[in-house]
Amino acid sequence: MAFAIEAVELVKVFKGGVRAVDGLNLEVEAGTVFGLLGPNGAGKTTVVRILTTVFLPDAGRASVLGHDVVSQAEAVRANIGLAGQFAAVDENLTGLENLRMIGQLTRLGRKRAVSRANDLLELFELTDAAKRMAKTYSGGMRRRLDLAAALLHSPSVLFLDEPTTGLDPYSRQALWNVIEELVNEGTTVLLTTQYLEEADRLAKVIAVVDHGSVIAKGTPSELKSMLGATLIDLEMSTNEDADRVRKLLSEKTGKQARLVGAGVEISLDRGPAQVRELLDMMDSADLMPVRLNLREPSLDDVFLTLTGRIAEEGPKEGME
Amino acid sequence: MSTIAKMHPEAVAQRGLRRFFSDMLVVTERNLIALVRLPQSLFFSSIQPIMFVLLFRYVFGGAINVPGHSYVDFLMPGIFLQTVAFGSVGTSIGLAEDLHKGLIERFRSLPMARSAVLAGRTFADLIRNIGVLILITLVGLLVGFRIQAGIFAFLGGLLLILLFAYALSWGFSIIGLLAPNTETAQVMSFPLLFPLTFASSAFVPVQSMPGWLQGFAANQPFSVLVDAMRALSNGGPTEGYVVKALIWSFGILIALAPFAARRFRNSF
Repeated sequence: MAFAIEAVELVKVFKGGVRAVDGLNLEVEAGTVFGLLGPNGAGKTTVVRILTTVFLPDAGRASVLGHDVVSQAEAVRANIGLAGQFAAVDENLTGLENLRMIGQLTRLGRKRAVSRANDLLELFELTDAAKRMAKTYSGGMRRRLDLAAALLHSPSVLFLDEPTTGLDPYSRQALWNVIEELVNEGTTVLLTTQYLEEADRLAKVIAVVDHGSVIAKGTPSELKSMLGATLIDLEMSTNEDADRVRKLLSEKTGKQARLVGAGVEISLDRGPAQVRELLDMMDSADLMPVRLNLREPSLDDVFLTLTGRIAEEGPKEGME
Repeated sequence: MSTIAKMHPEAVAQRGLRRFFSDMLVVTERNLIALVRLPQSLFFSSIQPIMFVLLFRYVFGGAINVPGHSYVDFLMPGIFLQTVAFGSVGTSIGLAEDLHKGLIERFRSLPMARSAVLAGRTFADLIRNIGVLILITLVGLLVGFRIQAGIFAFLGGLLLILLFAYALSWGFSIIGLLAPNTETAQVMSFPLLFPLTFASSAFVPVQSMPGWLQGFAANQPFSVLVDAMRALSNGGPTEGYVVKALIWSFGILIALAPFAARRFRNSF
């Protein structure tokens, strides 16, 4: 078996003709984390639903551990865990009852379901809340319970649909640690996320999805290197100056300089050594930056370049 | 998969059936736990029917003339049916909720019998209805209701009501699967229930209604069930009523349960 998860020319069309998934291909190596990265509405969740046998594809094929998701759905279900976007727990059941139910439905038997549930409650620091109804849980606790439910029958392939959306930084970190531990033990994880930082941190291979198909694929560093080695941000005192710098540098270096507010961003193909050249060019036109910032490209940059949209508003990792 | 493939087809079918029942019971248990824990569902399945008994027994009852019986004896068979009918709205609301909270999505990704989701919910409703009917019978006895036709005939009548309610649960599960949210599930259910419940023989004799309504009121399934229950509780000829009640119950079940199951399979 070559890949743990494989999708070939997958298509899903919803009522009204929306092609949520439109000829998507992917291969996930066993024992790795694969990140599906894309904005809201890119089709990530639909892909996960097809791969977990919740939806039927309209065209194309997909398999998990070599089992076809349509004709061998039963075998797929026995080997996968799914933690969806909405923390699908029964609010009226306690944490323990939720896990026991899922355990029984995954054929563990009541006794083993309860003992496995208790282990997982401990792993996710929910032991104290085990006998409380899930409706009293915080968002983070629900997510943890949901993930525990996905892990109950020790699946070898785990699907996590935006597992940390809406979580506080502490819970997010804790969840990342759990995911890393699972992968160390041999679990294959397919993760969808809008957070570039998350994909960067966890995924071995990332596929950038937009309008239902993969528009770029590679390791985080491969994707970043698509943009050149280093980026320089030149902050000017006025927008007009910034625009003049953009024109000047684009013309002289032959590279596309980008305007970001009162700053100009351009990639350096020869690294920091090139900084002096750029400053000299600007000096000869009587332009001087008020601030200068060198940084490695982030996945934000990749995403912006590929889709022309910003995926996430937030601080970028900088290197002063 | 490989182990299943090696098994004899008959053994697979047997295993499938065992699995269906065990999954159904797990889902049933889950729904019954929620029923006991949710104040609103306890209200709808106990306090509300008791209020209807008291309302019709002591407030409206004095103004309603029924031939040959005391009003409370006339009333209780109607209350039994009204209670289980209103209760079936819970089926549609609960299912709509599961669907939109992502719980059904999770169920569909599990190696369980998919049909157990609907079967478990309707079975939980059946168990709830048994409890509710016992409660309402006791309340009825407290306010003067007397079983005239013998205890076995009466219990037979309750079984008829339970069967009909079970068929209704499957019907209302379709609304739960079609509704875009729980509120709509509720809003879609009542316009169906109100005319069937009140333009029936449940609370007043059909003869007291205007002529144009009598044809509908006398023959629609709720009246058929109430008339059957009334005959089995108060005495009188029963055969025709019981057969008609059975035909309606099985008819609804056979027509709607497969439709609900198909709708459930195709709702994604």
